Amino acid sequence: MRVIRLLLVALVPLAILGVFFVLPVTGMVSRGFWTDGSFDPGGVLDVLTRPRVHRVLWFTLWSAALGTLFSLALGLPAAHVLYRRRIRGGSVLRAALLAPFVLPTVVVGVSFRQLLTASGPLGFLGLDGTPAAIIAGLVFFNASVVIRVVGGAWESLDPRPAEAAAALGATPFQVLRTVTLPALRPAVVSAASVVFLFCATAFGVVLTLGGLRYSSVETEIYLLTTNLLDLQAAAALSVLQLVVVVGLLLAAARARRTADPSLARVVARPRRLARGDVPALVATSVLALLVLGPIAALVAGSLRTDGAWSLANYRALETTGQSSGQQHALLVPVTDALMTSLRTAVDATWMSLLLGLTVAVVATRRSRSRSERRVRTVLDGLFMLPLGVSAVTLGFGFLITLDRPPLDLRDSPLLVPIAQALVALPLVVRTLVPVLGSVDDRLRQAAATLGASPFRAALTVDLPVVGRPLLASAGFAFAVSLGEFGATSFLARDEHPTLPVVIFGLIGHPGPMNYGMALAASVVLAATTATVMLAVERLHVPVGST
Amino acid sequence: MRHTNARLYAAALAALLPLSACSLTGEDDSGSGSGTAGGGDVVLVTHESFVLPKKLMKQFDQDTGYHLVVRASGDAGTLTNKLVLSQGNPQGDVAFGVDNTFASRALDADVFAPYAADLPPGADTYVLPGDDDHRLTPIDNGNVCVNIDTQYFKGKRAPQTLDDLVDPAYRDLFVLPGAASSSTGLAFLLATIAKYGDGWPDYWTKLMDNGAKLTAGWSDAYEVDFTQGGGGGDRPIVLSYDSSPAFTIDGDHSTTKALLDTCFRQVEYAGVLTGADNPKGAEAVVDWLLSPQVQAALPESMYVFPVDTETTLPAEWASYAVQPEDPYALDPADIAAHRDEWLTTWSDVTSR
Repeated sequence: MRVIRLLLVALVPLAILGVFFVLPVTGMVSRGFWTDGSFDPGGVLDVLTRPRVHRVLWFTLWSAALGTLFSLALGLPAAHVLYRRRIRGGSVLRAALLAPFVLPTVVVGVSFRQLLTASGPLGFLGLDGTPAAIIAGLVFFNASVVIRVVGGAWESLDPRPAEAAAALGATPFQVLRTVTLPALRPAVVSAASVVFLFCATAFGVVLTLGGLRYSSVETEIYLLTTNLLDLQAAAALSVLQLVVVVGLLLAAARARRTADPSLARVVARPRRLARGDVPALVATSVLALLVLGPIAALVAGSLRTDGAWSLANYRALETTGQSSGQQHALLVPVTDALMTSLRTAVDATWMSLLLGLTVAVVATRRSRSRSERRVRTVLDGLFMLPLGVSAVTLGFGFLITLDRPPLDLRDSPLLVPIAQALVALPLVVRTLVPVLGSVDDRLRQAAATLGASPFRAALTVDLPVVGRPLLASAGFAFAVSLGEFGATSFLARDEHPTLPVVIFGLIGHPGPMNYGMALAASVVLAATTATVMLAVERLHVPVGST
Repeated sequence: MRHTNARLYAAALAALLPLSACSLTGEDDSGSGSGTAGGGDVVLVTHESFVLPKKLMKQFDQDTGYHLVVRASGDAGTLTNKLVLSQGNPQGDVAFGVDNTFASRALDADVFAPYAADLPPGADTYVLPGDDDHRLTPIDNGNVCVNIDTQYFKGKRAPQTLDDLVDPAYRDLFVLPGAASSSTGLAFLLATIAKYGDGWPDYWTKLMDNGAKLTAGWSDAYEVDFTQGGGGGDRPIVLSYDSSPAFTIDGDHSTTKALLDTCFRQVEYAGVLTGADNPKGAEAVVDWLLSPQVQAALPESMYVFPVDTETTLPAEWASYAVQPEDPYALDPADIAAHRDEWLTTWSDVTSR
């Protein structure tokens, strides 16, 4: 019974996932399995034996693993410094480190390459077109995910066990290893699994920074689908991608499960920096350099016109771009596109929060039987899948499955925010689940015994704990939506393009002014995101003490 | 427990409702079309590079009584494959932007319905070979050509031909987008196949040995690595278009030049889609794309040459954008038949 009730609560998110994810992806993949009207799984299996496919899979796995590893190595110390230590300008730095997350990969690719190319300031490193450049790009985009997801949990971690350990003579490293990290494990595993999925499905970074010599499963699917129309091979790779992702999610769920659910949650006052923080500070500085370097190159580029410093690129954002004489590189001014982006992001944010909160609540309630727990775990994992599937597969899937009544949705204006909400959903769920999961169910029971209504219990028990992470994930969802390009470029309608789509259009057209405008528009996009992040952090959240 | 969830859910919903005021859902998207009389919507499916002045679109609505709706996304390849996959139940009524490298695939899949538009003078040169029942109408053309930085080559012997690019004198100077990820790059691959026939893999081996640098897309090659691009790179030879020199004007001359013996011609077509809801409207759009006003707007909107030879080109184009007389060409059916094999071989040759 409880399992059925559970599924009823999860019905809305499940239905949405079914229509906007499972249906399109199955539709697209099954086209590959049916050749000329007959079911032909053998053809798909044959694809998997190609040596090229093995090379592609191997590259995807090791580059994503390294990208995840370095994101963690730099992101964890940064989360410590930014969320547990009082430093000047901490919130500004927190907002700035999230900015890469929304930058269009085309533009980041170009600004990365301007630093790394033989004639660039870092040209002596010889990194242009190497796997090292790809991994640096992956870390640039994903370290912020680690900082956010882990920082949110770290911030509300009770400092007393660590203090007790220190008082009993443990070295800072021992405290970290035996007290802090075990407590953070669910959040760290959450962050790592999301980052791995982002890295494994990175598209622009691999293409642009790898100089075409490396292909990942994602770039291969793109090539097979949009260029060669080899749906059989694309289906094979999509299935492969799904299998790898499901395997990863299962492993992650296992690694998360062992957390101590009776941890007390408080919002600890950040402490002043101490000598023991030096290694963490060094790592944070390295990350800040990695993130701010390309951004600085971007800002500098946006301020240059005809070899002189000027604001002309920014003034031009109100126009539709220039060609030689009259100016028509775009259908709408960049400022309009920014408005469209913001409005779309509002939609995507509330959708993903609503869905994410439901999923997180369902996934974290204490289970009474093994089968119930299994259902909860499956639900939890199911909503991670959109991250592991190529945007190309999803985009084409929309086109071929949502094309007839009652689901004639392929031209609906809501398709873009829904697709973005699905992309943001895993981040929301992964931010909320570790926190909600650590709330002792006995607290809710105690509240109920004392006469609190379930709503009141949720308000006094869950909200104080989940408030900040909820805001963090709202900011995240907003940022994902603002920066999303892959699925959006498939679905965006020309009258209302989002900013990343417009930037892509600008950078793909000749004319020095268009290039400058693309850089300026990217800076505006990043600055908007950072501002929103800052505002979200300043919002007052009711925080009780437990 | 169920109550907790339901109430939480309701509370969250109530809290979020006011936000939707500033969202997309409140917006009336169909409103813009309802004012026009008669013909209803006509939907143009196209690629993301499609741009035409708003004024011309309004003019179309006024002149024909239809309301033009544009759905643009992806590149020419994505567009073609979308059309092929949604064959019979298309996303719109008319498509623009399928080019001569993808056209055969669309024709084979029966994506387009016959419509013989009145072609303007000169346009019949660009009609797709083999398209005997007039399914595709040529709208514009442009050539992918190797461009050089004329400042850099001042006083030096500049390259002229494809053969020159493998000359050690031009070692490490050439940057180009790859054929697998860029339609510009693909056009160059086709140019080399047209020139060298079955020997093209050897040419590419030599080209790569001579230090040619591959990038993912055109913008990467031009804006990062090319000496005259936005980022001021260090390679003075780049793969771009015949129109590109019109965008690098410095006073009374252009700082770049297209090498006219290295070009491959791209033609973009429009056509009425099979199964269109509004076929008459679709035909009107094809006619409109051929009209003198749209043809004249093409260079500055989409950086391509009109097919109508009587169109007056913008001043910079007339002086600096020189078109090749006899670019390399391949039979579209040949391209369709061998594209996969060529790209696979190309990937093998260039990634060694």
